[in-house]
Amino acid sequence: MNPYAFRRYIVGAIFVLTGLIYIVRLFYLQIIDRSYERSAENNSRRLITQYPARGLIYDRNGQLIVYNEAAYDLMITPVEVKTFDTVEFSKIINLPIEVVREKIRKSRVKTNTNNIFKPSLFVGQLSAENYALLGEKLYKYPGFFVQTRTLRKYANKTAAHLLGYVGEIDSSGIKKDHYYKTGDYIGISGLEKTYETDLRGRKGTNILLVDVHNRVKGSFQNGRADTVAIVGSDLTTTLDANLQEYGEFLMQNMRGSAVAIEPATGEILAMVSAPTYDPGLLIGRGRRVNFPYLQNDPMKPLFFRSAMANYPPGSTFKIVNGIIGLQEGVLTPNTHYSCAGGYNYGGSKLLKCTHVHGSLNLPQAVQQSCNTYFCNVFRSIIDNRKYSSTNQSYNVWRDDVMSFGLGKKFNSDISNELSGNVPSSGYYDRVFGKDRWKSNTIISLAIGQAELGITPLQMANIVTTIANRGYYYTPHLVKKILNKQGIDSRFLEKHTTPFDTSAYGVIIQGMYAAVNEAGGTAYWVNMQNLGIDMCGKTGTAQNPHGENHSVFIAFAPRENPRIAIAVFVENAGYGATWAGRIASLMVEKYLKGTRTRKPMEDFVLTFKYKK
Amino acid sequence: MIDSRTSFLRNLDWTTVFIYLLLVIMGWINIYAAVYNDQHKSIFEISQRYGSQMLWILAAFVLVFVIFMIDLKFYTFFAYPIYGLSLLLLILVLVMGREINGARAWLFIGKFSIQPAEFAKVATALAIAKYLSAYNIKVTSLRALLSVGLIIFLPMVLIILQPDAGSLLVFFSFSIMLFREGLPGGVLIFGFVLAVLFFVSLVVLKVYIIAAIVLIGYLAFVLYTRNYKETLIGFSLTVALFFLFWGIMKVSHKTNDFYFIIAASFFLSGLVFLVITFFRKIRHVAAFVLFLFSAIFFAYSVEYMYHHILHEHQRDRMDILLGLKQDPLGMGYNVNQSMIAIGSGGFAGKGFLQGTQTKYNFVPEQSTDFIFCTVGEEWGFMGTAVVVGLFMFLLIRVIFISERQRSTFSRVYGYSVASILFFHFAINVGMTIGVLPVIGIPLPFFSYGGSSLWSFTILLFVLIRLDASRMELLK
Repeated sequence: MNPYAFRRYIVGAIFVLTGLIYIVRLFYLQIIDRSYERSAENNSRRLITQYPARGLIYDRNGQLIVYNEAAYDLMITPVEVKTFDTVEFSKIINLPIEVVREKIRKSRVKTNTNNIFKPSLFVGQLSAENYALLGEKLYKYPGFFVQTRTLRKYANKTAAHLLGYVGEIDSSGIKKDHYYKTGDYIGISGLEKTYETDLRGRKGTNILLVDVHNRVKGSFQNGRADTVAIVGSDLTTTLDANLQEYGEFLMQNMRGSAVAIEPATGEILAMVSAPTYDPGLLIGRGRRVNFPYLQNDPMKPLFFRSAMANYPPGSTFKIVNGIIGLQEGVLTPNTHYSCAGGYNYGGSKLLKCTHVHGSLNLPQAVQQSCNTYFCNVFRSIIDNRKYSSTNQSYNVWRDDVMSFGLGKKFNSDISNELSGNVPSSGYYDRVFGKDRWKSNTIISLAIGQAELGITPLQMANIVTTIANRGYYYTPHLVKKILNKQGIDSRFLEKHTTPFDTSAYGVIIQGMYAAVNEAGGTAYWVNMQNLGIDMCGKTGTAQNPHGENHSVFIAFAPRENPRIAIAVFVENAGYGATWAGRIASLMVEKYLKGTRTRKPMEDFVLTFKYKK
Repeated sequence: MIDSRTSFLRNLDWTTVFIYLLLVIMGWINIYAAVYNDQHKSIFEISQRYGSQMLWILAAFVLVFVIFMIDLKFYTFFAYPIYGLSLLLLILVLVMGREINGARAWLFIGKFSIQPAEFAKVATALAIAKYLSAYNIKVTSLRALLSVGLIIFLPMVLIILQPDAGSLLVFFSFSIMLFREGLPGGVLIFGFVLAVLFFVSLVVLKVYIIAAIVLIGYLAFVLYTRNYKETLIGFSLTVALFFLFWGIMKVSHKTNDFYFIIAASFFLSGLVFLVITFFRKIRHVAAFVLFLFSAIFFAYSVEYMYHHILHEHQRDRMDILLGLKQDPLGMGYNVNQSMIAIGSGGFAGKGFLQGTQTKYNFVPEQSTDFIFCTVGEEWGFMGTAVVVGLFMFLLIRVIFISERQRSTFSRVYGYSVASILFFHFAINVGMTIGVLPVIGIPLPFFSYGGSSLWSFTILLFVLIRLDASRMELLK
């Protein structure tokens, strides 16, 4: 007998053991560890995203403001690239040859983020001409293909701050919303941001089966799992594109803002923030170049003054104090105060008035913007015996002021809106000490100075409230979203001030006189000969940044007003001179659709800042 | 004659024949699934791989018939001439063969191509069987061992010149047969360690190798001799010396090459250890230390030769040979894709022709070396378990057949068959499921290709032929 015969069992055992190990391993691979199943799906299914066209944006009259234009991204699949004529290629796509070579070299380097088997962006947004040239010769460059996507285009280079812009989403954005993938576009500011979910529509996906070389082998389950892209909804804004454009035209040399609202609805007709910029500068490849350029401009064109600048309202604020005075019963339309050229607020301290006005009643004081008169009004409001302390009466005054929509955000559809500032009594307690301040301490508030900060949008809302004789709707920018019923309910909510309608009548009488009667501070911007009854109020706001701001607020016509407007021109001096003319011209443009006062326009355009 | 034919058919091992048929047909179906495409839907399409595989299968049946017809004595009598012929073919392929994928492994005869290395396995198995069946030959004798070694070594040299790593390694499988015939187990283990060391030293950084050798050495020593105290002393000495050298290097601001630090500390401590244990009269220490020293030296010289003596193109070939450069997507791509394909099959598989991984070229060599992936993806665990089970059954059956032979020739040949089949199966399936490195050898009876199918058919059916006549006494 063979002495090694027993070794057959050892050999057999090795065989069987190997088989058993393999079966256990297979059991683990195929049944326990499910991760391979997912890998397989990622492997062979390629999700092709169908990008829907972004919604268009119209003005209130159906005029197109923002639309889409096709852009062409040149894509590269590194492994498929063969040797080719880089000289010709670089000419076609209009890039220096070194850049092209460097890009190709880089694209071929395999890293964690760079998968050389998958297409990646080679050059973004080729021009139409470059694309046309390339299209003919693309067959010469295996591994390259062109992917079409859409870019925003602006019909008239207007309302840049309002519209905002669209750009590639960053990584933090992707984390927040899983709808987005790297390279997707998202509204970054303005309406594009606020109405992103309406404008973007819904991406669709086609699931394709691909082989290891990414070659498409057919659709997955014959397209049953595909989803269709849904086109973005068009927006109809409340803007009047012509008015907006005209306002920007008038204010082209200025820093400031003009905000016009339709009083009956709160719809914003125009929201000029000057200086502005061409919104087309911030799309596509241009943004990288243009953004820093705009950012470093000393005029700060990127700053959205209409909703973000805190201006002292100056004399325009007197009308607010007038209304509060009437409501508090410390003032009647016929209350007379005498102006001897200033208001003495303790010791030898005098708050100067522009003229010696003599004895005035309330409408006259509004018409002539008498500082002395409104200092007296403010004193009687704050030092009212009815209230036990200055603190208490001040808080009543503050609440009244804030009922015009001041000191807080509107929570509207305007992006980057700021709240302005109406100082609290606590603030004065901290500055002066508790119970150590009274009306004379804070007398500047009487004429809209001191800590008061109001955005042009809020100012326009004050005029709107006055034009409406006591209420306003939250000012907003969008009238209609396609395929959606009505507008957001928060824009339909009526905000009413706690004042008697008669109080408004008195003030409006003064505002009417200011524009239309001799002796009014804004008499020369009246439009009697055009048949427009405009009511207005000038303001000349002192500020720490140099020359006074020129402020003007107005609404027209006097009955059933259709437009309320507030204009600020930074460091431009007297209120009626610049702001008043701009307001007047814009009101005419909106109500009549005409531009009949060429000399006035020309005068406004001569505006220049001293170096 | 009628009598002998009926007895031949009665003695024929139908079980094995049946398993063979099953494997061949399953292979054919899976090749069809692996390369299936819409343009050529018929499994009989000659222009496609599944069509030609069908032709190879039919030709294999003819071969089986021929093998059965040939007289029993032919195999013993012509064992050496067949072996010589296969060596001739291996030389011929080096001269006249066409280079494909960096290897000169294929001989073209008109439109047909054969891979001589595949047939050399059968020839070598016959030659060894012939040699060992001679009177008075014992595997345990050095002379016999060297002769058998030479028989195995000659085709290996010719194959390494091609170079074809897979086929080369298969020849190591004869050691299983030699083990059964009495080769000391220690020799096998030593050979196995050297082979592993050779591979590992080309793939892994030498620092890790030497660290591993030292650790394993101490561990083996303590387990073998149970001298805990001495081992601890020796090991502490090595570690202490390591930190001493490392500190010196650090202080003198030399770039510290850990390899040399470990080597130096181990050599020094090894010598000290040797002296200590010599006086304590602990046995086997010298053998252990010597073995570890030579292991380190072997690994170092392999690595050194590879990087300093071989030329660039030779190294490239070695890399291809060792599977180091086959990865189009970097290390592990093939294996990863292969495991994804098999893993995604789940319990019952995706269904016939429903596999996505194997069909869309994610898995390389899907109809040849990685055919097992198709089984895994489309038939799931049920399929793979059946295939593994069938191979196990076949292997055990071959051992069973070998053991019932009355002649040494048949037994040795039978064990060679089992060894070769086992090696192919273990390496092939092992690499697709990620437990063994990627070595390109076919799965017997399954993989696409005429040469491999025919050579395995010949291999198995010569044994079946011998077995059918086991009652006749072979010399």
